[in-house]
Amino acid sequence: MTDYLWIVIALPLAGAVFLHFFGQRLGEPWAGIVATSTIGAGFIYALVAAGDFFTGTGHGETIHLFDWIAPLGANAELLWDPLSAVMTLTVTGVGTLIHLYSIGYMHGDPRYGRFFTNLNFFAASMLILVLADNFGLLFVGWELVGLSSYLLISFWFTKPSAAAAGKKAFIVNRIGDVGFLIGLMLILANFSTLTYGTVLEEPARFITAGTATAITLMLLLGAAGKSAQIPLYFWLPDAMEGPTPVSALIHAATMVTAGVYMVARAASLFELSAFSMGTVATIGAFTALFAATIALKQRDIKRVLAFSTISQLGYMFLAVGTGAYIAGIFHLFTHAFFKALLFLGSGSVIHAMNDEQDMAKMGGLRTVMPVTHATMFVGWLAIIGIPPLAGFWSKDEILALVFGEGGWYGFLWVIGLVTALLTAVYMTRWMQLTFWGEARWDDGVHPHESPAVMTVPLLALAAGSALFGLINTPFKGFFQPAFEHFLEPSFEAIEMAHLPSGATPYVLAVISVAAAALGAWYATRRYRGENAFERAPVAEGRTGLWRWVDNGYYVDDIIGNLLVLPGKLVAAWTAFVFDSDVIDGSVRAVGGGVRRIGGWLRPLQTGFVRNYAAVTFAGVVGLLVWFVSRGVS
Amino acid sequence: MDVTAGWYLALGAVLFVIGASGMLLRRNALVMFMSIELMLNAVNLTFVAIGRHTGDLNGQVAVFFVMVVAAAEVVVGLAIMIAVFRRRSSASVDDLAVLNG
Amino acid sequence: MDFNVLSLLIWVPVAGAAVVVGLPRRRAELVIPVAFALSVLTLGLAGYLVFEFEGADGGFQFVEKTAIWSDLGIDYHLGVDGISLFLVALTAFLFPIGILASVNIELRPKEFMAALLLLEGALIGVFLALDLVLFFVFFEVLLVPMYFLIGMWGGERRLDAALKFFLYTALGSAFLLVGIVFLSAQANQQLGSPTFNYLELLDLDISRTAQYWLFGAFGIAFAIKVPLFPFHTWLPDAHTEAPTAGSVILAGVLLKMGTYGFLRFNLSLFPEATVQLATFLAALAVVGIIYGAAVAIVQPDLKRLVAYSSVSHLGFVVLGIFALTSQGVSGGVIQMVNHGLTTGALFLLVGMIYERRHTREISAYGGIQKVMPWFAGFFLFTAFASAGLPGLNGFVGEFLILLGSYSRHPALTIIAAFGVLLAAVYLLWAYERVFTGEPDKEENKALTDIGMREIGILVPMVALIIMLGIYPKPVLDRIEPAVERVIDRIEQQTDFQSPLRIDDIALDDEEVTP
Repeated sequence: MTDYLWIVIALPLAGAVFLHFFGQRLGEPWAGIVATSTIGAGFIYALVAAGDFFTGTGHGETIHLFDWIAPLGANAELLWDPLSAVMTLTVTGVGTLIHLYSIGYMHGDPRYGRFFTNLNFFAASMLILVLADNFGLLFVGWELVGLSSYLLISFWFTKPSAAAAGKKAFIVNRIGDVGFLIGLMLILANFSTLTYGTVLEEPARFITAGTATAITLMLLLGAAGKSAQIPLYFWLPDAMEGPTPVSALIHAATMVTAGVYMVARAASLFELSAFSMGTVATIGAFTALFAATIALKQRDIKRVLAFSTISQLGYMFLAVGTGAYIAGIFHLFTHAFFKALLFLGSGSVIHAMNDEQDMAKMGGLRTVMPVTHATMFVGWLAIIGIPPLAGFWSKDEILALVFGEGGWYGFLWVIGLVTALLTAVYMTRWMQLTFWGEARWDDGVHPHESPAVMTVPLLALAAGSALFGLINTPFKGFFQPAFEHFLEPSFEAIEMAHLPSGATPYVLAVISVAAAALGAWYATRRYRGENAFERAPVAEGRTGLWRWVDNGYYVDDIIGNLLVLPGKLVAAWTAFVFDSDVIDGSVRAVGGGVRRIGGWLRPLQTGFVRNYAAVTFAGVVGLLVWFVSRGVS
Repeated sequence: MDVTAGWYLALGAVLFVIGASGMLLRRNALVMFMSIELMLNAVNLTFVAIGRHTGDLNGQVAVFFVMVVAAAEVVVGLAIMIAVFRRRSSASVDDLAVLNG
Repeated sequence: MDFNVLSLLIWVPVAGAAVVVGLPRRRAELVIPVAFALSVLTLGLAGYLVFEFEGADGGFQFVEKTAIWSDLGIDYHLGVDGISLFLVALTAFLFPIGILASVNIELRPKEFMAALLLLEGALIGVFLALDLVLFFVFFEVLLVPMYFLIGMWGGERRLDAALKFFLYTALGSAFLLVGIVFLSAQANQQLGSPTFNYLELLDLDISRTAQYWLFGAFGIAFAIKVPLFPFHTWLPDAHTEAPTAGSVILAGVLLKMGTYGFLRFNLSLFPEATVQLATFLAALAVVGIIYGAAVAIVQPDLKRLVAYSSVSHLGFVVLGIFALTSQGVSGGVIQMVNHGLTTGALFLLVGMIYERRHTREISAYGGIQKVMPWFAGFFLFTAFASAGLPGLNGFVGEFLILLGSYSRHPALTIIAAFGVLLAAVYLLWAYERVFTGEPDKEENKALTDIGMREIGILVPMVALIIMLGIYPKPVLDRIEPAVERVIDRIEQQTDFQSPLRIDDIALDDEEVTP
């Protein structure tokens, strides 16, 4: 079964190639159906292939496909172990639902076929990323998902903002990729190969803690780019220019989690450096908090979710940086469901509101969109962490494990808890402004429930968001920590974070649920009534602070004015002053110099034959004198 | 009086100086050609004289080369001069300083 | 089969040039088919060469040797190894494409095609020559058709550009000639007779000081050809003013003569100087990478942008070569081929849009993707290949170069990695300005998408770009033995130890010990 694992990648890839040539001709809805079935078939294949892992009898396997860049130890080899299985199942499972949803969502788009080409291509790239057995192939997937992300964000390329957002996403990702590349250089220099088999198995044999710190910090830069963490988070909100299913699949459920996956995959490297681990966790915690505060004031229905995604990814980084790898992956898994659900729900709303994204013009949609509202309600409860929904189990496991580490991590736990409170506030505000309260629709807008092809995926994702938390409860008995057992073989040699003993986890759970409930209760009261959408969460009078938040702390302006603009100026100076005047100027000066010397010598050519003859004779006489004076032999 | 090689060399030198002076002093292109021929033949004479003196045939071989080159040179040179004369009605080289720097 | 395939590779196009010139004026319609057929024949010969080439052998194959002037030791001496093999193949591949891209030439098509074919023969000769005089002759002869290609069929400032190109490169060649003659004189001293035979010159024992001078003489010629910063300013002018086929050949093959020369002559003949100067040249290369990319970002002219991107990409090649590791040098060789394909394709694409709008100004465009979706697709694809997207050819080379160079020039390589970022910046920004948004200018709304001929030109290039990106093994396997030989030689001749060799690489099924 696993021998043919490449089929999982080949299916969506074949779909993409096929649709590239025939997608537009197939048109609606067949292009979508082809795309959905390829990735759906991939899901089923992966599910069967992962069978042994479910029964606990499987073990990691390497599948050699063909030699790629053998001189770097980077061949086309796949790794099939529990971790890649979880990622594959998440990508294909959630991916299938989002493909299905897109059949309805992209209805009427003139480039319907092309959309599914790109979506299928993304799925194939992401599967390369998670199934790769060496850092080289991982990097292939890593960059290819960036490409698909670029193509899909600027899918509506006639919109300048969409085109710019796609470019921004790719370039910011590339900044991270430079770090990643440097990490790979260090790995090759120290391990003489890029294959996981050598690099990740007892890396301490090859490198010191210092080298490990350098390698992992570089890899972390790559991860921060891909997973939108500080300092490279700022592309993700703009990425919302893409069609909503893209935001759900790429910029919430799968691609952005690649960084978390990579850190978990390279756990044995990160483990060697306490500093790197601390950095990962700290970046995660601060990103979580930072993004959550910005989410508080956003008016665009999708941008709230974008900042929320950044914030939740922060939790995952916090987890893997604490050594809670399985908890991090678990949160990745549950987040894929509830965040995809929230995005698709917001897509359903946008669809119903004639492409309106401003929450100021929504409200009261609960009655006209009952299915969407019901599923969003589940998603809301899941993300703010109300038991027994999925988000509660994964987020609280992370917080408990972070608390258990103590020290600096105790401080990070506080940040995590505050973020949980803020999450409840901004998500409740989001629900309140969109679905509850009075209707503030524009004239001529008649919201309606979306068709079944869109609501069915919503219902499926809602079911996942509600129930999948139960596969990893800390209790014994019926609710085994099944997810943990499933993943353990992938982290055999890794030292994992431990839950605090005794009743502490339960106390912590009560505290965070209380925080979530408090946030939700506060937000329902605060955002009720007239002009609630303009309201800041607290401290109405201090507008200065909220103006900062409103503008995302002016990060985009700072980068624009302090990096991009000076960069362009330097480039322009190099090109139009230094290159053309100094470098080319010296070349031209050499040419001019030769010309000038020629000018001095010109008068020698008088044109009179006699002058030439006289010089010739003078020369002859001179030679004669010279020879004679030396004595003719 | 014995006519030794020295006499021939002296004659060659005199002829050469005459030719060189004509080359430098005259303006008529035709006369200049004749001066060149004079110089060439002065050299020829020297070759033959020294060849005879040292008993080396190479001196005479060289003369043949010089004569061939001289003939070819005259052919090209005269052709050019006639072409110039047709256009300019003058054989003075001072009128032909167009290629000055 | 027993025939002199290398000679045919050189002389078929040269004879073809004569045939094309000899075609009667009234049969003008035959010019392009004949030229095309001859270039395809050459491509066939190159294909035969690639398939018959013995991959595991690092030495020269298909060697032909006839004395031309035995007193001076000048031979007609040809041979091919893994380093030159794919450059020959690339040359043979790009010429039919260049000819197809030039079917709309109106001014003296006969002379144009003849110049192209002559250029092809001379270029292949450069890569095959194993005699330094023969190499030099080919190296110089090809300047003539190139000069006319730029000077007669170029853009507005074609005469300036052609003159600059010719004089600049001829200046370098003067140093090269002195170097060659000096080398032969050394041979005369040590071997008793002068020789220009590359294989015999390898055995010379050249003093360290002489090596420095010779490295400099050869190096200047090649640095100008590459071009290495700061000798690059002829390139943007020549590339921009040349006709499309000229730019394709110029960027695709001509520049590789420089990097090929470094690898073939400097590394092997002057190993001591190479080891000493490697860091200096790698530093120049890295400056070129960043500098070329930075200048490309702000170019208002699309063709100049692509031209400066060549400076950046060739910097990677030189960095790889002077990494003196198997991976770096192999990466450099394969990157030469890759750059030929991707930049060649970019120049073809720019040529296509220029034919329609007669401007290269980026600001004159906008929203083209809507009216020319096929063209936009090809352009974006090629741009990503050029920016080194994994799965496409550019990545394989850059990846090998960067990872192979790190062990020897860590700091420089880290700086070079930022070139990858800048490549994305200049290509995507240009793409954004030319292709996205709504087409708001009337001239742009009326543009027609590329037709079957143009797609037919691009498809083979795209196919190779993908093939080399996904399955570079056949190419790498043939390059490696020759590269290993070069590195072995340097290690034998000096006390240099390459920090990274292919044999060091651990693959998954092996037990590894630190």
